Amino acid sequence: MYVAVKGGERAIAAAHTLLAKRRRGAPETPEIGVAQIDQQLALAVDRVMTEGSVYDRELAALAIKQAAGDLVEAIFLLRAYRTTLPRFTSSEPIDTTHMHIERRISATYKDLPGGQVLGPTFDYTHRLLDFSLLAEGEPAAPAPPSETVDTAPAASQPPPTPRVLELLEREGLMIGEHDRGDEPTDITQDPPTYPCDRSARLQALVRGDEGFLLALGYSTQRGYGRNHPFAGEIRIGEVEVEIVPEELGFPITIGTLQVTECETVNGFTRHDDGEVRFTRGYGLGLGQCERKAMAMALVDRALQAEDHGETAVSPAQQEEFVLSHCDNVEAAGFVSHLKLPHYVDFQSELELLRRIRAAADSAGEEDPA
Amino acid sequence: MTPDIARRRHWMSVLAQAPTDTLLQLSEPAIADAEFELIRAPEIGLVQVRARAGGTGAAFNLGDMTLTRCVVRSHFGTTGHGQVAGRSKPHALRAAQLDALLQTPQFDAHLHQRVIEPLERQRQRARHTEQRDVETTRVDFFTLVRGED
Repeated sequence: MYVAVKGGERAIAAAHTLLAKRRRGAPETPEIGVAQIDQQLALAVDRVMTEGSVYDRELAALAIKQAAGDLVEAIFLLRAYRTTLPRFTSSEPIDTTHMHIERRISATYKDLPGGQVLGPTFDYTHRLLDFSLLAEGEPAAPAPPSETVDTAPAASQPPPTPRVLELLEREGLMIGEHDRGDEPTDITQDPPTYPCDRSARLQALVRGDEGFLLALGYSTQRGYGRNHPFAGEIRIGEVEVEIVPEELGFPITIGTLQVTECETVNGFTRHDDGEVRFTRGYGLGLGQCERKAMAMALVDRALQAEDHGETAVSPAQQEEFVLSHCDNVEAAGFVSHLKLPHYVDFQSELELLRRIRAAADSAGEEDPA
Repeated sequence: MTPDIARRRHWMSVLAQAPTDTLLQLSEPAIADAEFELIRAPEIGLVQVRARAGGTGAAFNLGDMTLTRCVVRSHFGTTGHGQVAGRSKPHALRAAQLDALLQTPQFDAHLHQRVIEPLERQRQRARHTEQRDVETTRVDFFTLVRGED
């Protein structure tokens, strides 16, 4: 328990001034702009948008600047700002089948309809520090497009890119995803109760801390709730966002959203109809967030343990454990509260310890061994 | 969906996705003679963006997106709506003004020619460039025979 204290206003104000000074760094280095963060630290912006739960690149970049690059602090700032805005409506579900593909790979099929494109990826880099970036020169010119590449003029609605898991579904080898038309739970309005439904679970995982979910996903691979995953398909690209304003009564496009999607093909189980089929996990995040999307898919599958007749014995399979600890704003808040004055609380503990010690000492005096 | 609604959805989509500066520049001269009454001043809020489990299954809430919306009435009596992702009030206002005018025979063809079509061409060019860059990373993996019996 902590108690209110008074005083310290001057020191607090000075601490904020000092923070601003440290954030700025040495005045002789040029100040970083929000637009530079948006453009050149784009993956940090993507993480802050995903876990901060607001798609707005400029706001996320501002939060990163204000937080001096502390992404968890930036996520907190974005979440706080989010609460100041009214929510007008909900969108129609985005259609990731019709995506302007920037990257699409599969680890289950070498040749798949629509092909594989690597896009901008760290994969296949050697992870050697590139000292040419230190020289602050212009980046090397991108590889010129090869002559043979000839793409049709871009249509506003991209053609569908077939889904790898749907190919398996069509053969009856993969459990299906079904839309019963239920209104999804919104955990920002109704905190999850356990067991919770898949919609609440997926929403919580999208907002969940990447590090926490990555560690849990990794733990399933190391044997704590093994579920035999394959990266069935990973795609990154832009999708259109549509809403149906009440006053218009028809859907309109309000803009586009970049998302990263990961679908895993997981170990097969025997289902109610007696057939054996693969199971699946789903990961989705805002912007380019492949590691997060993969971790989310692994944990989504782990959390389906009971649906597939598995005993939930490992941490990643325990819904309440995973969902109630994956939010880094909540977690950081509760850990940080330890910094608040606990003077009275601690005094009582100290008093108690002293009394126990005194009692033990006097008992020792009475009973010389 | 009637052809009118399909056309309107199309221009609203183009207006919403246009870069703000280009939209304002292109449309400035075209709407100089028009007058508008503000029905709902531009306001900034959020849209809860939904997605589907497995891409095609049950809906879930993915996260919020900022949105600016605005409603105007033109001196022809048509009502225009601007609903634009992001936090640009000038963008939403201009989208609403153009939406109102595009519904009038006096402005329809003119605005399509001066604003909608150029914006669309610009967008297609940008997409084309992006696609071309992405296309250079298309890959054909092949598996190697491992020399086993």
